[in-house]
Amino acid sequence: MSTKLNVLDHVMVPDHKIMSDEEVSELLSRYNITTDHLPKIYNDDPAVKTIGAEVDNVIKVIRASHTAGRAEAYRLVIKRPKK
Amino acid sequence: MTLAEKFDKKVEAAELPQKTKDQLRKFLAEKDISDAQFKQILDKVYAEYKSTRIEACEAVGVIAAQSIGEPGTQMTMRTFHYAGVAEINVTLGLPRLIEIVDARKEPSTPTMTVYLEPDYGIDRDKAREVSWQIEAAPLHEFGDITTDMENMHVVVHLNTKVCDKRKIGAMDIMEAAPKKIRDRRHYRDFEHEIDEANATLIFSPKNKESYQNLFQLAEHVRNVIVQGIDDINRVVVRKEAGEYILYTEGSNLKDVFDVIGVDTTRTRTNNISEIAGVLGIEAARNAIIHEAVSTLNEQGIAVDVRHLMLVSDMMCMEGEIKQIGRHGIAGEKESVLSRAAFEVTVNHLLDAAVANEVDELSGVTENVIVGQPIQLGTGDVKLIAVRQKDN
Repeated sequence: MSTKLNVLDHVMVPDHKIMSDEEVSELLSRYNITTDHLPKIYNDDPAVKTIGAEVDNVIKVIRASHTAGRAEAYRLVIKRPKK
Repeated sequence: MTLAEKFDKKVEAAELPQKTKDQLRKFLAEKDISDAQFKQILDKVYAEYKSTRIEACEAVGVIAAQSIGEPGTQMTMRTFHYAGVAEINVTLGLPRLIEIVDARKEPSTPTMTVYLEPDYGIDRDKAREVSWQIEAAPLHEFGDITTDMENMHVVVHLNTKVCDKRKIGAMDIMEAAPKKIRDRRHYRDFEHEIDEANATLIFSPKNKESYQNLFQLAEHVRNVIVQGIDDINRVVVRKEAGEYILYTEGSNLKDVFDVIGVDTTRTRTNNISEIAGVLGIEAARNAIIHEAVSTLNEQGIAVDVRHLMLVSDMMCMEGEIKQIGRHGIAGEKESVLSRAAFEVTVNHLLDAAVANEVDELSGVTENVIVGQPIQLGTGDVKLIAVRQKDN
């Protein structure tokens, strides 16, 4: 792929950030869930590769929401299952 | 000014969506209000916001299904119309909506909207140059091709004027053509000779016994793509809002991003699975919302974006795009009874029996089937009363 393409710069790609362990445990206790309950993202997702996240990281996605203006979502990085 | 800053902090600290905060700030900036009034306003805004939030245990999925389904009946069943944008045909209406929720690998009419970098976007000639880099051009557009039946040759005389106009060297074409016939068209039974001085390319089939081979070779030579991107059949340059934008028939996001002059931050395609592959699942989520909203709006149907966001969220939850249906969301539900109620009942029941599956009866469908209260709204609340013993 070209050197000039940075997927995070694209208008359709929201900000992705790797969350620290403290942030993750705070998140999990706030909603009383485990990481398995979070939506998933594959480890070979272009945005995940760009920010350098690894399997079992939790990623915070800051979306420009149509309704709220700004919305945070969380995704757990998992390995792409073999077909 | 100090007063306003104090308010600003309180607004920021309030548990409100960003958009509401911004609106509140804008409203407060023009007003001169006291502390007490401010508190009152903030309380009112917060109460209003809370009342607009969806209640816990509300069946949002059913509401979304109805809210999209009912207006969907008003949509044109079949649209053959051109989408207005420069004669490029795009599937619209119900067929397009079905395509989106079915998560097809390829839409029936893939198209791209290619934005250009600032210095290319304002210049028509430069925009045209970029379009030549993208539009697939077969060899016969660059010169005369003659089939020499006496010597069993296919001779290509390149027109250097055309080559200059389209900013490609004759030598590049002559080198690319035989390679592309072998790699992309998978036809290898030929030899070629390059005559650089006369800009002439001579092909001859390996097997000179049959004219069939010669004609077959001639066909490959005529149609081999020597400039542009193979999947993109046509490019239309249009001026919109002061800049030139390219609309394409056919889509190949990855290769178009590599073309010099293309703005890699705004260029988009209507092929959602391609977006998921090149830009990631979050971009695909946005693309599904965008495509669904524009398909509905184009038909003059107003569906609240929240419903489409829910659909899109569900489709992108597992890290890849899942269709709404048997092979996607509905087919991967936890509950056996729920799956059996949807489609192919017997298969699901049989497989579940063989695999010794257990149904937790936590969803709606399965509880309706067995005849108990569903876990929605008031049905989700379980109360245990501890009664004081009477003395």
